[in-house]
Amino acid sequence: MFEHMLDGLDGLTLGVKFLFTVGGLKNLVMLALAGLLIYLGVFKEVEPLLLVPIGFGCLLANIPYSELMVQGIDPGAKQVMEAMGAAAPEALKHLAKDDTGFIRTIYNMGIANELFPLLIFIGIGAMTDFTPLLANPRILLFGAAGQCGIFLTLLLALALGFPHLQAMAIAIIGACDGPTAIYVSSQYAPELLGPISVAAYSYMALVPIIQPPIMKFMTTDKERRTRMPAFKNAISPTTRLLFPIVVTIVTGLIAPKGLPLMASIMLGNFMRECGAVSRLVKASENEIANVATLFLGIAIGSTMAADKFLQPTTLAIFALGFVAICLDTVVGVGFGKIMYLMTGGKVNPLIGSAGISAYPMAARVVQQEGQKYDKQNFLLMHAMGANTGGQIGSVAAAAVMLALVDALRHLF
Amino acid sequence: MDKWSFGLTMMIVGISGTFVTMAILIGAIQLLKKIFPAEANGDAKKS
Repeated sequence: MFEHMLDGLDGLTLGVKFLFTVGGLKNLVMLALAGLLIYLGVFKEVEPLLLVPIGFGCLLANIPYSELMVQGIDPGAKQVMEAMGAAAPEALKHLAKDDTGFIRTIYNMGIANELFPLLIFIGIGAMTDFTPLLANPRILLFGAAGQCGIFLTLLLALALGFPHLQAMAIAIIGACDGPTAIYVSSQYAPELLGPISVAAYSYMALVPIIQPPIMKFMTTDKERRTRMPAFKNAISPTTRLLFPIVVTIVTGLIAPKGLPLMASIMLGNFMRECGAVSRLVKASENEIANVATLFLGIAIGSTMAADKFLQPTTLAIFALGFVAICLDTVVGVGFGKIMYLMTGGKVNPLIGSAGISAYPMAARVVQQEGQKYDKQNFLLMHAMGANTGGQIGSVAAAAVMLALVDALRHLF
Repeated sequence: MDKWSFGLTMMIVGISGTFVTMAILIGAIQLLKKIFPAEANGDAKKS
């Protein structure tokens, strides 16, 4: 009896004992990291909507023996067992036992099948006003220039020895777009989903710190003071209504593999512009986006189990993600300088840095940096145009990338 | 396909593909603005 009681007590202390083993140290490090993510989200307001659930998911995944991410059911085994009935062997019954962990259920529900990023995209589309972009469509080119970091980082990742698909998933951090990064990496490198997602969201939040030094380094005082005239073009409601449909068809025809990404963002925008489904618009930008963000955050955080996350590759992913965002800014501002020269000094090169998907943060950075040198310089609307162009550009670049990989996949 | 061929193909075709997509979209927007000018719609929104 006493022995049984001791055995029972032993079971209760398994988790604590594990934390003080060599393997447990890793869990302790990850629990500290979870605390840091939660701290950054709650007290420093760094992407709180994501870092809080990601941090909590990370915390849950690193409590020893929690088994919240256990994939308990084998659908094939279940099917065979049902067919065999009572004659099914014990081993098969064990395989078919449905003890899937609570977070694994969420993961399977919306990350493994890429649903949650798409639901968030519908919300983003419903929240985005493309009018500044429509008023000056040429600004879309900044949205393309701002994605060059993706492709340059792909080369760097390959040089560091990452396999083709992993390199591609890492490079997509350069899209500066969390849902896109999750969508691509869950398809091609689900084993790297945790570090890639955390890197993507962390660097998105760090845009106001990463970009200004590069913007200053790459431009002259005269260029930074360039004033751009206010838009004079007016946009008809019909143009605003047809824009999402045209974008969906064009990008769908060019890169059908990436259509879910573009279609979801444009569906949200179409609902916003048509004005007939205001309830759906409100639901998309609030309830649906919020629920998807919560589940997505917890599920991403739970992929950060110590044995998978504390690897040299994680450090490499964070370094490459940083390089990707820097390269986006360098090429964007460089493209802005080309436009400055081509237009005889009518385009402020600073707006090139807004050609990424971090909306509206990148546009605000341009406005703040421009006003540091000329208080009367109002670049915000132009930067917003480039920034919304960056949103479309990042999705287009990801779509092009997916289409290319699909075409080349049989060769590697 | 070795990794460098893959990387360079992705980079060249990827960047070009993204720019071409954007260029087509610019053309499409210009066309939309021509077909549906703001003046024709009384409730046009000034940007």
